[in-house]
Amino acid sequence: MAGLSILLVLLATGALLLGKASLSPGEVLGTLIGQGTPMAGFVIGELRLPRILTAVVVGACLGVSGSVFQSTLRNALASPDIIGITASASVVGVLSIVTFGLSGFTLSLVVIGGALVAATTMYLLAWRNGMSAYRLVLVGIGVAAICSGVVSYVLSRSDIQDAQAALVWVTGSLNNSTWKALVPVTVCAVVIMVLVGIFTRPVHTLELGDDTAAGLGVPVERTRLAIIASGVALAAVAVSIAGPLAFVALASGQVARRLLGTGNAGIAVSGFVGAALLLASDLIAQFALPTTSFPTGVVTGLVGAPFLIWLLVRSSRTGTGS
Amino acid sequence: MTTHLPPAAAIAHSLEAKDLALGYPDRRIIDGLSVNIPSGRITAIVGPNACGKSTLLRGLSRLLAPSGGDVLLDGRSIHSIPTRDVATVISLLPQTPQAPDGISVADLVGRGRYPHQGWFRKWTTADDLIVDEAMVATGVRELAGRSIDELSGGQRQRAWIAMALAQRTNILLLDEPTTYLDITHQIDVLDLLVDVNTDAGTTVVMVLHDLNLACRYADHLIVMRDGAIVAEGAPAGVVTPELVRAVFDLDCLVLPDAVSGTPTVVPIGRHHRPAGTAQPEA
Repeated sequence: MAGLSILLVLLATGALLLGKASLSPGEVLGTLIGQGTPMAGFVIGELRLPRILTAVVVGACLGVSGSVFQSTLRNALASPDIIGITASASVVGVLSIVTFGLSGFTLSLVVIGGALVAATTMYLLAWRNGMSAYRLVLVGIGVAAICSGVVSYVLSRSDIQDAQAALVWVTGSLNNSTWKALVPVTVCAVVIMVLVGIFTRPVHTLELGDDTAAGLGVPVERTRLAIIASGVALAAVAVSIAGPLAFVALASGQVARRLLGTGNAGIAVSGFVGAALLLASDLIAQFALPTTSFPTGVVTGLVGAPFLIWLLVRSSRTGTGS
Repeated sequence: MTTHLPPAAAIAHSLEAKDLALGYPDRRIIDGLSVNIPSGRITAIVGPNACGKSTLLRGLSRLLAPSGGDVLLDGRSIHSIPTRDVATVISLLPQTPQAPDGISVADLVGRGRYPHQGWFRKWTTADDLIVDEAMVATGVRELAGRSIDELSGGQRQRAWIAMALAQRTNILLLDEPTTYLDITHQIDVLDLLVDVNTDAGTTVVMVLHDLNLACRYADHLIVMRDGAIVAEGAPAGVVTPELVRAVFDLDCLVLPDAVSGTPTVVPIGRHHRPAGTAQPEA
């Protein structure tokens, strides 16, 4: 955890220093303590800082959400970006913003609500004499495909001229990072994470199987419902500002598990991993090529896809996939 | 193997089922069953496949809500007691417990402390001591740092029993604790349960497949068929060729176990005849 915090600080420092407007470390430091030029003040205060904080908040939301799903459903593939949660949240998001012009807290709450409705629907679709995580993954892939179709349709009917703005909803991007958008998202994220924190111990007990957990005094169904709802809400909050960023949720929990080297899913550690992962991806997206910058989602996708393939191969080999 | 566990709880708790019905409204597995679990003894529930013995155990452990009747813990309906409070009195080892990938033995055993910790009550040195004692009692302390999936079946089962012991309950329920184990480890696990019973006065209730091991290790047998109790009592008084035929549809001889003197069921089968008889007693 300490190592991850240091990594996070290093990444954030890098992100503060890098950019088209070249500022010296001295100028950046001066601006941070309130003594920079107005130009530097704008670049740091309105462009770089909100973007860094958005990456941290969104990454943490996705990391925690992924870890919550994976440990509750006991399947590494059952993360919100694979089972269609982020995809359906982005449909609600694109409709709310492009069609209805929502913003701020209203936007966050509407996207959370929409994602919860979508998650309930998918749960019912995948239910057949019990729940199998694998069926949920299959239903989710279908839902994700439908959702991306809906997003494209909405975008093609709208008068969005800027391809970058549209790409937010197709691949996910941090280009929209502003204080105005960040504040409601952060407030929602903190509230939900406190809820997740309260449920951490019973959730870790659920990993032992429903019967063992019930024997240990965990109210199984109630705990699962509360924690999944929190996971859906966290993913929705992240999507409402940054779009359906791929694979951050999928990878964070797995990376955290390997970092910890125990069976403990380490929900908090997954949050740190998610934040670091997204911040690093965003740096790559912005600065890997000198001439163009990608939407962040392209980078998380490029890194995440091989990871997904590796997980699939591994789970079918060990037979844990069914 | 000796245990160093002091008595888990000074008070013995009572567990009974009254007119218990379990299952679905259209398909009752158990209907109108009443039974009293003897405190401080070892009870084995036996019977053919699908006789409802695991269902009864799940009912007794409050995992199944009854569709009729009730399970009483110390005279109170078990479903009226907060589930975490029940977990300080009754521990349960399911038939196929699952462990998360890579969890260590010590971590798994530590999970048994769950019901004793609240939102604010954190892990203490007392918890460490209890976990350590549970691992010593089950002989898995040398394996504390090992991952569960590296262990043999017998070691794994002992680690799970250690988790149940760390729960420090007066009543221990186990669903087929010897399944998938070879004969050596079956005996090992059953000996361990006797240790727990004699050292801590723990009431042990287990579903067992093997009738002969049940006769040897249990003080009290509950024999079931078709969701009902056919007979119960001390094995020597209960197990007869007539009972085995009535419950298992099996012709057999019942002889004294050469080691323990408890009844042993020797099946006859279609291709063999007991020495000195022309016909199986049909």
